[in-house]
Amino acid sequence: MSHKRSDISIYVTVYVVLLVLLALTVEAARHDLGHWNFAVTMAIAGAKAVCIGLFFMHLRTSTPLVKLVVTASLLWIAILFSLSLADYWTRDWDSLVGGSRDVSRSDAAQ
Amino acid sequence: MSDETQAAQLSPLAHQFDDLAQQNEADDLGMWLFLCTELMFFGGLFLAYTIYRTRDEATFAAASRELELLWGTVNTAVLLTSSLTMALAVHAAETRHRQKLIVFLFVTMLLGCAFVSIKFMEYYHKYLHGLMPLLGLPFKWDGTSPGHAEMFFDLYFVMTGVHALHMLIGLGIMLVLLVQATRGRLLGGFSGPVRVTGLYWHFVDLVWVFLFPLLYLIGAR
Repeated sequence: MSHKRSDISIYVTVYVVLLVLLALTVEAARHDLGHWNFAVTMAIAGAKAVCIGLFFMHLRTSTPLVKLVVTASLLWIAILFSLSLADYWTRDWDSLVGGSRDVSRSDAAQ
Repeated sequence: MSDETQAAQLSPLAHQFDDLAQQNEADDLGMWLFLCTELMFFGGLFLAYTIYRTRDEATFAAASRELELLWGTVNTAVLLTSSLTMALAVHAAETRHRQKLIVFLFVTMLLGCAFVSIKFMEYYHKYLHGLMPLLGLPFKWDGTSPGHAEMFFDLYFVMTGVHALHMLIGLGIMLVLLVQATRGRLLGGFSGPVRVTGLYWHFVDLVWVFLFPLLYLIGAR
């Protein structure tokens, strides 16, 4: 086994941190911070993900090959988002599909 | 000869590996590669969500407020707790504590079942309120832009549905592990299956960590 056994105390500490972050993100959603709501909530989600990845999934002590695989897949996600959104956010797709920004189903209540 | 003594006499090392460390690395790498394909899969859904949300943020926020924040929060806590018990189960397997392994696997499964039950209860409430635009069911929306509101609920059901499916698959795998654990297997050098199942379970938790704010928290309440 290449990685050392993490202590149970580390798991419990990480768990408490995750619950605190959960409380923070729910509390933040109760206040209207405008566009900051989204930024704050995603930052907290990112922090939770890092905690889970590093400690529960042992990325902190995993082999370089596993770290490379994780980094590469995050890079691919970044490519997926940046190229797709560059397209959707810079071209006026809505006018191409008939000018309606709200394409409703025929039976949707108006 | 009982299963327990038979298992103890077998070597945990498969013949194609030099040693246990190499085998464990290969196990982990294989699971991580699978999780990367899962990340691509969920990434496409998150991308679709991002594109539709940025077209009409106000409607997505209004639709988000229709979800029950309390149950979403409870479910997040349930899933985070199940990740802790899963990590403890892996630790118990690697340190050869059979009884602890069984208990922690069982608790993880109970929490997983609780999560899926709460999720399905939420689905039922959405169905009662006419907010389940699936299988030709009517969609009732009093606010503006019903098309965008419907798209929010389409994404909600697809993303949480696929996530719940992953939970059910995880529960099935854990049931197999639980049966093996009661027969005295999966300890010490044999703990690989528990470890990679743990990785899978934590990944499902990770997906929810992003689903929860994107679906429940985008509309300030």
